Amino acid sequence: MSVARFSLLLVLAIVAAAALSLIAGKVWVPFDAWRATDPRWLIIAELRLPRTVLAIVIGAALGLSGAAMQGYLRNPLADPGLFGVSAGAALGAVLSLYFGFAVSALVLPAFALAGAAGTMLILALLAGRSGSLIVFALAGVIVSSVAGSLTALAISVAPTPFAVSEIITWLMGALTDRSWDDVKIALPLVALGAVMIAATARSLDALTLGEAAARSMGVDLARLQWLIVGGVGLCIGASVAAAGIIGFVGLMVPHMVRRVVGGRPSATLLPSALGGALLLLLADIACRAIPTVSELRLGIAMALLGGPFFLWLLASMRRSLA
Amino acid sequence: MTGLAANGLTVRFGGRAVLDRVDVACAPGRLTALLGPNGAGKSTLLACLAGLREPDEGIATLDGTGVLALDRRERGRRVGLLPQTPDVHWDIDVATLVELGRFPHRAGWGRSPADAAAVEHAIAATDIAALRHRVVNTLSGGERSRVLLARVLAGEPAWLLADEPLASLDPAHQLDVLAVLKAAAAAGAGVVVVLHDLNHALHVADDVVLLRDGRVVAAGPVDAVLTEARIAETYGVATEIGTARDGSRFVVTLGRIG
Repeated sequence: MSVARFSLLLVLAIVAAAALSLIAGKVWVPFDAWRATDPRWLIIAELRLPRTVLAIVIGAALGLSGAAMQGYLRNPLADPGLFGVSAGAALGAVLSLYFGFAVSALVLPAFALAGAAGTMLILALLAGRSGSLIVFALAGVIVSSVAGSLTALAISVAPTPFAVSEIITWLMGALTDRSWDDVKIALPLVALGAVMIAATARSLDALTLGEAAARSMGVDLARLQWLIVGGVGLCIGASVAAAGIIGFVGLMVPHMVRRVVGGRPSATLLPSALGGALLLLLADIACRAIPTVSELRLGIAMALLGGPFFLWLLASMRRSLA
Repeated sequence: MTGLAANGLTVRFGGRAVLDRVDVACAPGRLTALLGPNGAGKSTLLACLAGLREPDEGIATLDGTGVLALDRRERGRRVGLLPQTPDVHWDIDVATLVELGRFPHRAGWGRSPADAAAVEHAIAATDIAALRHRVVNTLSGGERSRVLLARVLAGEPAWLLADEPLASLDPAHQLDVLAVLKAAAAAGAGVVVVLHDLNHALHVADDVVLLRDGRVVAAGPVDAVLTEARIAETYGVATEIGTARDGSRFVVTLGRIG
């Protein structure tokens, strides 16, 4: 299927899912209540609408980041977690909770972005100007594990049980009770990141032939690395700030997209962003609609979905390699 | 001063000189074979000529300008490189892969008539039209090597550099690839190829550069350079060069010297 046609189908599916997202939840709000005079309209305008928009923005950011990273590292198992950017952003956010700074709406996002930016800086220093993919990936793994350890440290020495509970709840990732303020922070950052990633599209295609061939055709690997680091950093930093850690979207979506539009990395970018938005919308609707005692956390739901998918992917790759 | 040249190129890996003050001049319209034993510095020399490696000393020049001083894209348009182990990381079809060769020519997203014509020409020159819609990673080794060569041809480079393009091909497919390279040289391109088999060099090369331990043993027209004495000096093997029924020359390895 062509990229344009597939993207159009995904947009239509997103519109339908978004409508469902506005209706669904503990309180079902039918279409006839969609008037400013109806008391239930508040639920739509102030709770469900920002939550729906946020699911679309964050899902798109995660899907796009995954597609860009897989193209850059030329590895279908790559995920934003590999860069350590989400772990770094989470560390920043956790520190803001740990110090009890979460009183202002802007402190946590600022800390998360600082964490993402710090991670990007460390990555760039470790990987250097060489632009070597292997060094870069290894640097990401190291940064990721260090950030994880520091987050665990922050939890273990938290001053009060309340701080511990707050940190752990936040780490699980969710879109519950998000407001327009969160959208206002996340949307511009994700948009900027998406523009940077879009600028890498053709270089990612050339990289299909390996580093030597890509460089011989005029690809600037150092510039490509900075665009990827910056674009993915902005997307992931903003996502983590708004919703905590939501894994596996960046892994699963590009893989499914590739089955439809083929392997060319530039062809997977737009459909992966749209597919990520759709997946997160549907998962969030499911979290609200499934009757559990307290609402199922989105991050946990994605991990429950993504873990088995990852194993299946690994197993099928092992078969094809054996 | 036209041509692709190396002037006093020195490259060191951890103190050891892989290339040691190498001077080479390759002419357009000719097929130059880089020959020498393993570790002689052939691939490193090719990487320097392609502008992928910065030498510790000396300079590689293209028509008198340093290759590293050229704009990346311009260098990409003028010098096409077929790397030694050309990976194809995603499942893309043959036509898409060949079109990647137009990368240095394309500024935006559009695909110009010149792009399409160059791609078709490359597909015809390598005889892969029937494979157009196949996924590259499902092709046989021989088909794959022609497709990867077509990618380089699609860029319409004035210089075509290939690092051991015949590795792991059977004799018939080796001849196919050599014929494409030879045709490119006949059409005016400068072709520089790293080869292992001396018979291939005798068969297609116009000029030969013999390298050993990072130094040039001899360089010049193939008939003048590839002699039994020079081969003995370069590879440490005794050989006999003969003439086949069709008049072409061939070389037989007799054994190690010493």
